[in-house]
Amino acid sequence: MNLHQWIAGSSYNTLPHGFLVLGLMIGGAVVGMLAGLMLKSNEVLIRSRTWLLIIALFSLGTWRPGFAPWLFGFISFLALREFITLLETRPADRGALFWLFPAIIIQYFWVGMQWYGMFIIFIPVWLFLFIPLRLVIAEETEGFIRSAGVINWVAMMTIFSLSHVAYLMQLPVVDVGHGLGYVLSLVIMTALNDVFQFIWGKLLGGPKIIPKVSPGKTWSGFLGGMGTSALLAAFLLPLLTPYSHLAGAGVGALLACCGFIGDVVESAVKRDIGVKDSGTSLPGHGGILDRVDSLTYTAPVFFHLTWYLFH
Amino acid sequence: MKRLIRIIFLACCVRPLVSLLLGRCIKGREHLPVSGPAIIAANHNSHLDILYLIALMPLKALALLRPVAAADYFCSTPITSWLSSTFLGIIPLERKRSSFHADPLAGPAAALEQGEIVIIFPEGSRGKPEELGQIKPGVAHLAKRFPAVPVVPIFMRNLGKSLPRGSFVLVPFCGKAAVAEPRCFSGDTKLFTAELAATMQQLEDQVDAASS
Repeated sequence: MNLHQWIAGSSYNTLPHGFLVLGLMIGGAVVGMLAGLMLKSNEVLIRSRTWLLIIALFSLGTWRPGFAPWLFGFISFLALREFITLLETRPADRGALFWLFPAIIIQYFWVGMQWYGMFIIFIPVWLFLFIPLRLVIAEETEGFIRSAGVINWVAMMTIFSLSHVAYLMQLPVVDVGHGLGYVLSLVIMTALNDVFQFIWGKLLGGPKIIPKVSPGKTWSGFLGGMGTSALLAAFLLPLLTPYSHLAGAGVGALLACCGFIGDVVESAVKRDIGVKDSGTSLPGHGGILDRVDSLTYTAPVFFHLTWYLFH
Repeated sequence: MKRLIRIIFLACCVRPLVSLLLGRCIKGREHLPVSGPAIIAANHNSHLDILYLIALMPLKALALLRPVAAADYFCSTPITSWLSSTFLGIIPLERKRSSFHADPLAGPAAALEQGEIVIIFPEGSRGKPEELGQIKPGVAHLAKRFPAVPVVPIFMRNLGKSLPRGSFVLVPFCGKAAVAEPRCFSGDTKLFTAELAATMQQLEDQVDAASS
């Protein structure tokens, strides 16, 4: 009996690749911790320890397709809680804000039962219509428009967008029966692209793209990151997904753009509120939103591209 | 037996649930008392305050925790009285003195003598949402009787947003807390109260600055 059959039963073809990549990620975190110990850099150590925890949770949550809604539902919960803590909300918003939490459970329930039609309209249609109603019941008109807008936007960012990652897990890759390869590709490409953009930006510097929103973002970082991501995706995606080498490169470049947008959108949010990190729940990284900001843009784009092309 | 039920309930039920819902964001964790006797002075905005403190405290100290709570509220019926003393270990405090000779601090004093950790909300009530009320001299009077027992000031934020006074619907916001260095009674009740109020103010600033 070979490894992948032992772990996941029949038709789990991408698994050896998937585990190779997960192994690399875990290896990276361990190396990071060792480096932190040797350099006696507390910052590096704390960061790596958090990475290890994230990777452990992620591995567990993607172990089987049925686990994914639980993992990403939990991430949505943390992101939502952090977001509404940052925002200035009115006491009258409590009633509407409360319903966002059951909405997480309901949204991921549709994911779990693979009801695509409901998954795709529940937040943009039903919750969208319900939130203003709940705010009206609270009978506070001052600041009503802002609250209705903000609460719906928060739900879209933290619940709807992120739930796409869990639904990807349910999309059967040809001959495999589940979407672990998609999820791994998306998450690895999104995470590494952030790193690539950061490194290229540091190495080359140069003109900034939008200094008023995010002073650290340079054209060199953006383009260098995009090139590196495209190159990596050209090799990685054919291993894990039905995408060809050429299409993989294209998807890599697209995800780089989307990741950048997600990043600067969150920068604008933090700048508006006047905070540097979105929270403190991930020691060494800041908050949850600082980690998943790119994913809120890359997940829906990657999902719908893949859905259109292959399913 | 009652103590055992309480420890199991606090460690296996309250702590994980509250940590999950509200997080465990805290500055100055090292100042939290691990053993008694000690007095914890915390600001008060919500019923969640006690539960959040339970989630933050070191596991070893859980069995020693004794929150001082208003008798008129928590002991209004035999059922709530039994529940709150069995599961939370509260020390009931009469907010209105019934007789002139009764000692309002007898309960907390007895707990301190037994080496327990007494939690007091010196504002006296939950007050306005997310606002620090006036610090009353009760803590100072208690500390005066036990000059060797450390007083640990804690400021908590956002719990009044999660479950404000008068609301029964919990909306989870991230809780935040800051703990100051323990201090002992300084010799003057008024001065001690004023210092405590100043420390609370500093902790409030610290908690709010941490996020920006």
